Amino acid sequence: MTVSIISVMFAAVISNNIVLSQYQGICPFLGVSKKISSAAGMGFAVIFVMAVSAVFTWLVYNYVLVPLEIEFLYTMAFILVIASLVQITEMIVKRYSPTLYSALGVYLPLITTNCAILGTANSAVVFNSYTFIETFAVSVATGAGFLLAIILLACVRLKTDRADIPKCFKGFPITLVTAAIMAMAFAGFAGILA
Amino acid sequence: MDKAKIKETFLGGIIKNNPTFVLVLGTCPTIAMTTTLFQAFAMGVATMFVLIFSNLFVSLLRNLIPDKVRIPCYIVIISTFVIIVQMVMQRFMPDLYSTMRAFIALIVVNCIILARAESFASCNKPLYSVLDGFSIGLGFTGALCLIGIVREFLAGGSFAGIAIPGFPAMSGTGASAFGFIVFGCMMALFNFVIQKLNERKEKMKRAALPLAEDRVEELKEVPEK
Repeated sequence: MTVSIISVMFAAVISNNIVLSQYQGICPFLGVSKKISSAAGMGFAVIFVMAVSAVFTWLVYNYVLVPLEIEFLYTMAFILVIASLVQITEMIVKRYSPTLYSALGVYLPLITTNCAILGTANSAVVFNSYTFIETFAVSVATGAGFLLAIILLACVRLKTDRADIPKCFKGFPITLVTAAIMAMAFAGFAGILA
Repeated sequence: MDKAKIKETFLGGIIKNNPTFVLVLGTCPTIAMTTTLFQAFAMGVATMFVLIFSNLFVSLLRNLIPDKVRIPCYIVIISTFVIIVQMVMQRFMPDLYSTMRAFIALIVVNCIILARAESFASCNKPLYSVLDGFSIGLGFTGALCLIGIVREFLAGGSFAGIAIPGFPAMSGTGASAFGFIVFGCMMALFNFVIQKLNERKEKMKRAALPLAEDRVEELKEVPEK
């Protein structure tokens, strides 16, 4: 039990990284990785929202949708849960921790349309039907994988932004090529678990 | 009915506002669902369906939806059509659905759809909104198919599932990372073409106005050399 959780968590952070091998959450990965500080802010906000939303979507799925036999509505239910959680989180953080709000505040509303959050909730709760503890562990690890990937990309972008590259490659194209090389490096870890 | 506006709306989605290469929205399916042409086409059409109908309903309800709760309302409209796509695909294309199900569910959070609902459908008539959905959807499907063709050719040496003789599969290109490279290079190519077209337009403009200021200065400089 614990061994399986640890191996699943390891996979979620490294070899099965949410961004680099499952291609979810690429929009913020490309968009908010210009500076290391903003990348870190986005990464921590994602970990937090991902963990909270996984817990709530698990509860909603298993205690509301399944008893009512309306599992097919999971897409709508989950996105509404996530959108309202993001709103509530924003209000609570703003009220009780202004410092945290000023650090995370800008990134919180953006997270609603981060497909990594909904994707993780879908795969953990619906497709894999994990238990409550497993869902929580996997979502935290997935968020950590996102944080790792976005900070690494931000570090590389500091260099590529100053490099002399062809004009048509400036901006998104060179970032995508960088991400490709990172994805290859992460794919190399896949052998460890197999 | 304004012909110029129809034309502008229609062409805008395909080139000027191309969701993939210019706006860079909805990048997740662009990279994940383009390993073959067929898969890319299916993803594009599914997104286009949701886009057209969500645009239509957002536009029809634009005067009824209160401004403060508009985003949740849009999300409910969008997810309704995503659920319809899920059910139809599950019933009629179960094999395809099982490989694409993660990303079909994620159409809900595809930023293109919410962006068009917010920026276009909420302030335009239903007819234009449907047209905008169609053209943005077409731009998205076209971009996905282009990437799908290149990736399928490189990874499998085939076109739409038919093997091309003389082109063996390249090892390693089927790997997940390849989507990023192909997408990046195609975006660079798109930028390059747009850049060249703009340069040419500028040159023609200059040639048509021989006495523009910069032109005069150029002429003055010549004899000094």
